[in-house]
Amino acid sequence: MINTKDILETVNMIQDENLDIRTITMGISLLDCATGDNATTCRRIYDKISRKAEHLVRTGEEIEKQYGIPIIHKRVAVTPIAMIYASCGGDPVALARVLDKVAQDIGVNFIGGYSALVQKGFAAGDEALIRSIPEALATTDRLCSSVNIGSTKAGINMDAVALMGRIVRESAEKTADRGCIGPAKLVALCNAPDDNPFMAGAFHGAGESDCVINVGVSGPGVVRAAIHKLADADLTEVADTVKRTAFKITRMGQLVAREASRRLGVPFGIVDLSLAPTPAVGDSVAHILEEMGLERCGAHGTTACLALLNDAVKKGGVMASSHVGGLSGAFIPVTEDAGMIDAAACGALTIEKLEAMTAVCSVGLDMIVLPGDTPAETISGIIADEAAIGMINSKTTAVRVIPAIGKSVGEELNFGGLLGRGPVMRVNPASPAKLIARGGRIPAPMQSLKN
Amino acid sequence: MRAVIIVVGKDSVGILGKVAGCCAEYQVNIIEVTQSILQDMFCMMMLVDATNSTIPFTQLADHLNTLGRELGLSIQAMHEDVFTSMHRI
Repeated sequence: MINTKDILETVNMIQDENLDIRTITMGISLLDCATGDNATTCRRIYDKISRKAEHLVRTGEEIEKQYGIPIIHKRVAVTPIAMIYASCGGDPVALARVLDKVAQDIGVNFIGGYSALVQKGFAAGDEALIRSIPEALATTDRLCSSVNIGSTKAGINMDAVALMGRIVRESAEKTADRGCIGPAKLVALCNAPDDNPFMAGAFHGAGESDCVINVGVSGPGVVRAAIHKLADADLTEVADTVKRTAFKITRMGQLVAREASRRLGVPFGIVDLSLAPTPAVGDSVAHILEEMGLERCGAHGTTACLALLNDAVKKGGVMASSHVGGLSGAFIPVTEDAGMIDAAACGALTIEKLEAMTAVCSVGLDMIVLPGDTPAETISGIIADEAAIGMINSKTTAVRVIPAIGKSVGEELNFGGLLGRGPVMRVNPASPAKLIARGGRIPAPMQSLKN
Repeated sequence: MRAVIIVVGKDSVGILGKVAGCCAEYQVNIIEVTQSILQDMFCMMMLVDATNSTIPFTQLADHLNTLGRELGLSIQAMHEDVFTSMHRI
């Protein structure tokens, strides 16, 4: 029989340390739904998603029962809608509404893919789709949107960066009466992965198969608890413990992914090895860093701790799964992490420090609440800085910031639920307006002479 | 399929009998039992074969859960694969 100690360890991870499968995300290609007509395309999109994902939620719940491990989200990611919109034309928001409707009807809480990939330039439909994002997010509940504005191979499209600054602001303004929820579902990416199961950046890349199951694991609480037992151990031992723990967490993801794939008759894509926090007590990435020996997340030394954590999670996770992909790393969303919220509220954690942290982890400046009067150019500047880090380091970076309309530093914005709450953080008041107004492209970087 | 039933809680008379009774009622065969008392806490693990179970496994898990609540214990039934995949390479 299996070792009693091992059984109790697993049960303890699930019951006391918040181990869960964060998401089963079904990626669905909509390329075969595009027609020359908006209404027909909408109908075909609705039919295909509801056919493919009809049993997704029920299957997820059955697996949850069978293995006794919580699966928090069941979600859908689709082909970047700009590719579909390019051929069907009409009102892009009609496509947003049909995605929201089908998400509601099949019972998933988010659907991702209201997206455009414009790292090098705008193709037909891209710009119109991006401009429609504020309206799309304001008139839907479950839709998530993302725009890829840069990549290591293509450089950074600064026209798109300038546009995205305005789009983020406009999304906040249009949803000001609902706690500025719009930009919480909108992310600007550099080097966006095609198989990311996590929202808001999930979409089904053009190189993917027709339908695929991707799974995102979680478990910051488990890692923190494991490090907690190593009161005086050196960092080699800490790294080894994180690796072993990540291996165990990822094995759960692999098991669930394989089972979901078998039951749904859909190929298994990847397991995303991410430590995704939630606002719940004991489910915080910041607390892992503090457990390593920081008084507060954000103190000098934070970037080093995060680098160790992120690398060890990957090393442990890679062997536990047959295919690894997506974002794979530690997430540092401020409003969704109890430790980050406290660190930001007491001033230990600043946007500048978070930016440095994003150079060594996935994914980027995530769920950061900005003052309501932050100009669009400043938001564009934040996006450009983040994209530059991603472009030069050949990694995914992203920006999901929320201008809290009508609020200023010292106040708080509360979304409730998994999106959490966060203090309005201070932004550097000096303006990058002239830079952003220049537009054009930042050329792709050298891939040699790396220093 | 094989599953592990984990019972944790305050020790009292007849726990093993009641859990075994529930298994027998649904034709679930008990393969192995280990139990120990840790600081007054009763801790029992059963490896069972639910291949011939008369009800789906998810329902069996629910029944055991309810039984646990009635007895003031935590009773969980989980597929064996959870443990083998996590702890064996």
